[in-house]
Amino acid sequence: MSRLLDSLPTWARGLRARLVFAFLAVAALGAAAAAGASYVSARTTVLKYAQDQVMNATKDAVSQLAPELSFPPTQATLDQLVSRLPDSAAVVTYQDLRSRPMGYRLEDIPAELRAAVRTRGTLVFQRGTSPGGSSPMFYVGMPVLTKRAGGELEPSGMEVYLARNLGGPAGQISDLAQTAWQTSLLALPLAALLALLAARGVLRPVRELRGATRRLAGGDLGARLEVKGSDELADLAHTFNDTAAALDRTVTGLQRMEADARRFVADVSHELRTPLAAMTAVTDVLDEEAENLPEDAQIAARLVGQETRKLARMVEDLIEISRFDAGAARLVLTEVDVAEAVRNTLRARGWTDQVTTELPEGVRVKLDARRLDVIVANLVGNALRHGQPPVVATLTASPQWIELTVTDHGSGLPEAVLPQVFARFYKADSARSRSEGSGLGLAIAWENAQLHYGTIEAANAPHGGARFTLRLPRLARGVEEGVPR
Amino acid sequence: MPRVLLIEDDHAVREGLQLALRRQGYTVDAAATGELGLDALRAQAPDIVVLDLMLPGIDGFEVCRRIRAGGEVPIIMLTARSDDMDIVGGLEAGADDYVVKPVQPRVLDARIRAVLRRRVSEQTSKERHGSLEIDRQALVVAKDDKQVGLTPTELRLLLELSASPGQVFSRQQLLQAVWEHDYLGDSRLVDACVQRLRAKIEDRPASPVYVQTVRGFGYRFGPV
Repeated sequence: MSRLLDSLPTWARGLRARLVFAFLAVAALGAAAAAGASYVSARTTVLKYAQDQVMNATKDAVSQLAPELSFPPTQATLDQLVSRLPDSAAVVTYQDLRSRPMGYRLEDIPAELRAAVRTRGTLVFQRGTSPGGSSPMFYVGMPVLTKRAGGELEPSGMEVYLARNLGGPAGQISDLAQTAWQTSLLALPLAALLALLAARGVLRPVRELRGATRRLAGGDLGARLEVKGSDELADLAHTFNDTAAALDRTVTGLQRMEADARRFVADVSHELRTPLAAMTAVTDVLDEEAENLPEDAQIAARLVGQETRKLARMVEDLIEISRFDAGAARLVLTEVDVAEAVRNTLRARGWTDQVTTELPEGVRVKLDARRLDVIVANLVGNALRHGQPPVVATLTASPQWIELTVTDHGSGLPEAVLPQVFARFYKADSARSRSEGSGLGLAIAWENAQLHYGTIEAANAPHGGARFTLRLPRLARGVEEGVPR
Repeated sequence: MPRVLLIEDDHAVREGLQLALRRQGYTVDAAATGELGLDALRAQAPDIVVLDLMLPGIDGFEVCRRIRAGGEVPIIMLTARSDDMDIVGGLEAGADDYVVKPVQPRVLDARIRAVLRRRVSEQTSKERHGSLEIDRQALVVAKDDKQVGLTPTELRLLLELSASPGQVFSRQQLLQAVWEHDYLGDSRLVDACVQRLRAKIEDRPASPVYVQTVRGFGYRFGPV
């Protein structure tokens, strides 16, 4: 069955088409059955009525005429009897005598009918077809009875045979049948219409269910169905609503927990900032005075200074990323010469000599200069820390995009690592887990690119080094300043 | 040596910054609340104020506004929250520059020096632009023959722009020239300062004549 369905064209596989086909099939079968049954019954009734008429008229005429006949009959007697029968298409026989032919001859009467009349001595009828075979025929045969002296009736030896063409009534019947068929055919469009109506009744709830399911899948957890009636579809709608409500509760709970967790990270980071501010203020003092301290204290002082700076940086990165999580990050757009911006970033961090640049002049883009600085600093810093020199920064521009690639000449990144390099606190090499970075740098760069509707991709260059490609759209006029994602 | 007034409520941060600034050679007065800071401002007459925004009692924004109402002493705001609203609010209240906690003493020192340097400028004679008179020697700006009180940052910005009338300066150029941010500073510093400058020297700040915006590029002085 399912294979049969599969072989149908798509439009015919739908519930609507199947319903319509089923309705049509049922309607056609029903109409055919009704038409057939009424045809058979009408045919029986009509033919029987016609036959009875013929038989009764003949019987009455014969029994009325019989007493007047002279016996034994002569040719003239037979001809006289034939002419006075209501239907003159009859043949009267007496031994070898035959009445004057009046349309039918004796040879047209079936032989078995004649035998039956002779042996049974009573009225016999038979149905057949005309010699040409085109119309139904009705044959009647009966003996002419005469009254004996004692008053008893006995066969006179005369026999009356009658043939009647039933073409007229049969024609009526076929007219009737044709009308029945036509009426049935008229019923088919009506059935199709009914099928469509029924399909609509079934399909509308199904369509609503589909719409609600899509909304739910699209994240609209408030999607609910209106429950109408108490049929199976209403049951389904109920079940859907219950499921959606359960999902809503679960997701809302998870979201609240996630929001709580994020707020906690943000709060902790802020709280850490004040003590860090005090520590950062005095680490320089420790650094400067370290050489005057005993060796152990010297190491301790340097360690405190170094780790305080690292902690400060990590807290800054955590605050930055929690701002993205809270959706509080906003773009401050200004028109920026990208080549100049990249050079500024490199110069400010003392990287100008370590990085080879290919930066075409005059690429001016509206973007958030501080965020571009963060991205470039993180990509280049990452290349300098984890790759081998030379590190190359290349800018290309198209009317829609700018593309900045940062390539190092190290051994590259293992394929398995590529999809995860932008994950928070992901470290490609666990041995380097205590590197200078906070573990958030690439994640922050990625978030900043996203905020610009851009992307960063990590890949390996043909020669083996790691290559990070930043793609930023040249923001369309419709993008207003400071509008969040 | 320059005299710094540090207004900061957290004891450890106050102690730490005081220590660090003293080692850089500054004379430091510290106050734990906004009220105490305003008292100290009158008593000590510092050259510059380093002001924390999160203060108990009257907060940093209000302190900033009250200092501005009384004089032109430069203010660097110190914020524990680098949230944009705080920074914008602080700049609008009249701060000259801002640093985000935790701040390296070297960075704070550089910012303080940059702000203080704005008092000293090239020496040339008086110029007249429309109804505006700029005396580069006396560092006095007069509008309709009445002297206008400008903070060192506002004055430095005006001097920088008016030195080449008609020339367009990008925000980044102005940040480097006026604020001496060695790289990518926050362009909102420039915008906030321009707003304050316009409020003081323009007839109608909404349609400025002296400090004009060049959309997509930056600012220029005139043409008057």
